[in-house]
Amino acid sequence: MTALRRPLVADWLWPLVVFGALAIVPKLNVSIPKLFDQPISSPGTLALLASCLVFGALALTYDIQFGFTGLLSFGHALYIALGVYLSNIAITDWHWRFWQSILFTMAVSFVLANVLGYVSLRVGGIAFAMVTLAFAQAGAVLALKDPHHWTHGEEGLGADYTKLPHALVGIVNTKNLYWLALAFLAAVFFVVRWAVESSPGRIWQAIRENEVRVEVLGLRPHWYKLQSFVLSSTLAAAGGIVYMLLYNGSTLAVTQPTFTLTLLLMVVIGGAGSRWGAVLGGILYTYLNDRLVAVGSSSAVEGLPHALRTPLEQPLFLLGVIFILIVLFLPGGLAGLAHRGRRGGLRQIEAAVRPSTEGA
Amino acid sequence: MSTFFLLTVTGFGLGAMYFLIASGLSLIYGLMGVLNFAHGAFITVGSYGTWWASVHVFDGVHSTLWRWLASALLGLVFGGVFAALVELVLIRPLYSRHIEQVLVTVGLQLAFVALVQGIWGTDAQTVAVPAWLHDTTNVLGARIPNDRWIEIATAAVVLALLQLFLRKTRYGLIIRAGVENRAMVQALGIDVRKAFTLVFAIGGVAAVIAGVLSGVYFNVVAPEQGTSLLIFAFIVVVIGGLGSIGGSAVAAVVVGLVQQYTNYYASSGIGDMVVVLLLGIVLLVRPRGFAGAVVGARA
Repeated sequence: MTALRRPLVADWLWPLVVFGALAIVPKLNVSIPKLFDQPISSPGTLALLASCLVFGALALTYDIQFGFTGLLSFGHALYIALGVYLSNIAITDWHWRFWQSILFTMAVSFVLANVLGYVSLRVGGIAFAMVTLAFAQAGAVLALKDPHHWTHGEEGLGADYTKLPHALVGIVNTKNLYWLALAFLAAVFFVVRWAVESSPGRIWQAIRENEVRVEVLGLRPHWYKLQSFVLSSTLAAAGGIVYMLLYNGSTLAVTQPTFTLTLLLMVVIGGAGSRWGAVLGGILYTYLNDRLVAVGSSSAVEGLPHALRTPLEQPLFLLGVIFILIVLFLPGGLAGLAHRGRRGGLRQIEAAVRPSTEGA
Repeated sequence: MSTFFLLTVTGFGLGAMYFLIASGLSLIYGLMGVLNFAHGAFITVGSYGTWWASVHVFDGVHSTLWRWLASALLGLVFGGVFAALVELVLIRPLYSRHIEQVLVTVGLQLAFVALVQGIWGTDAQTVAVPAWLHDTTNVLGARIPNDRWIEIATAAVVLALLQLFLRKTRYGLIIRAGVENRAMVQALGIDVRKAFTLVFAIGGVAAVIAGVLSGVYFNVVAPEQGTSLLIFAFIVVVIGGLGSIGGSAVAAVVVGLVQQYTNYYASSGIGDMVVVLLLGIVLLVRPRGFAGAVVGARA
């Protein structure tokens, strides 16, 4: 009985407790001086926390294909950008209703993920990474060049707030955006739990471990990889819509290849192939990216010589260095700390990307 | 007709830079199975190294030509040493763990760009180059900027030197054999790891040359420049066939020309899309690329 009960508690009850606890955060009227500049319930802090939660969720969507299926994609940003841009274009440029725009965006991203996934999954390993990078680059060029005057190129596209639900507009409603982000994270978390423990989900993980063996069992890896890719990409597009609402519009930053790379950093720092790991990585990365700027301008750093100060003022430099150290010394990521001695994280994915001339 | 000729020469100039980057990427991938994102950092070492040296080290040299050449040379030395160090310190400890090697180079590239932005800011910097590089020469009625010829000639020289090195020297032989079948080379008692460091240094120097030339081609050096060149170089490598220098050269010219023609005759930005489309078609129809190892099987 205990063997049955443990996953139930660990997989469903604990997350509910954690998300429940996070839900009451906007109601807390306390300040944590070192961690946040303003009180927890202030709009500034809540906005930061909300973007942490959204990035936690986006990192988890990436982990579906990377950590759980062993697909190294450099083009995940394409689907996030699709959610960010298409929903906003439908609302602001085409003057559609909010719900119509959302449904349309989700439908388009589902179809696009199927089409592009079908094509790019014909190749494996590093070649798959290249094709996804190329498709994402095409999307980035499209958003930048803006042939139909929809995305407004480098200016970005601010959302038409009159079309958005009133509860999600304005600084006073930041707490609602926080709850929206939290609800999205919780939804992704439980969907991923359900998906990776379902029988197709088990096959995704088997493909990650040994694709040839799955094929020998008479199953078609291509079909299962496509499932994983489509789920991951569609959830990413949904996350893009939340992102658009949170930031009140769309900017080119989400279309850049670097955006996918930062998701990769988040997942690896937290622990690839681990639900809590990916979420924690996303949250921690976003928080540090924001707060390290403050550290850079703090008085302690101010006193340092110029040569030391400059690198400390660049969050991405510090995060990149942390990432390299984690890859070198802690391939299980932060989640790996909890399961010492178990083969996890990047080591699990190794077989999926290894050139088959040696792996076989 | 003169416009067409101008586009052709410019396409070759762009292709020359793609080739310089792609040749190293292709050799590194062919031999070690590492998709080297840190190549973007090597390009930046070239472009910023030249700019920095010409402002801080050789600022006493009066002739712009000599100042530029001396700075570029210093950039090359920096870049070669930097690339070899990257291999020794970051790649070697992760020997035979390909995904982790790729991730380390991704982290290095991101951190390096951030560092450059932190030190010299996000704004572009102008490199002082001899004025005649930006003059034009009238060829067949087209006014061709002189720097295009330099880019093409440099790439041709590098291509010739690489081919000589790979065909005529012992290490070249080891590298070619390693690309074909690394396990067999090791079984014969040859230490391939020395070749790894060497390939990284050679690829690094080629990327640095591309960085130096990009400072002339674009007139300025900017932190993000390396990343955007890198993406097209990746495409060139895949189209050309991983591990094949000749394939990379052909693919680089094709990609450079296609980009120039379509960006001019269709509309700006279409060229980039067409190149991506080309990549998709090549991978699906002929996963080997023009020449070289099978992409799908090797990876």
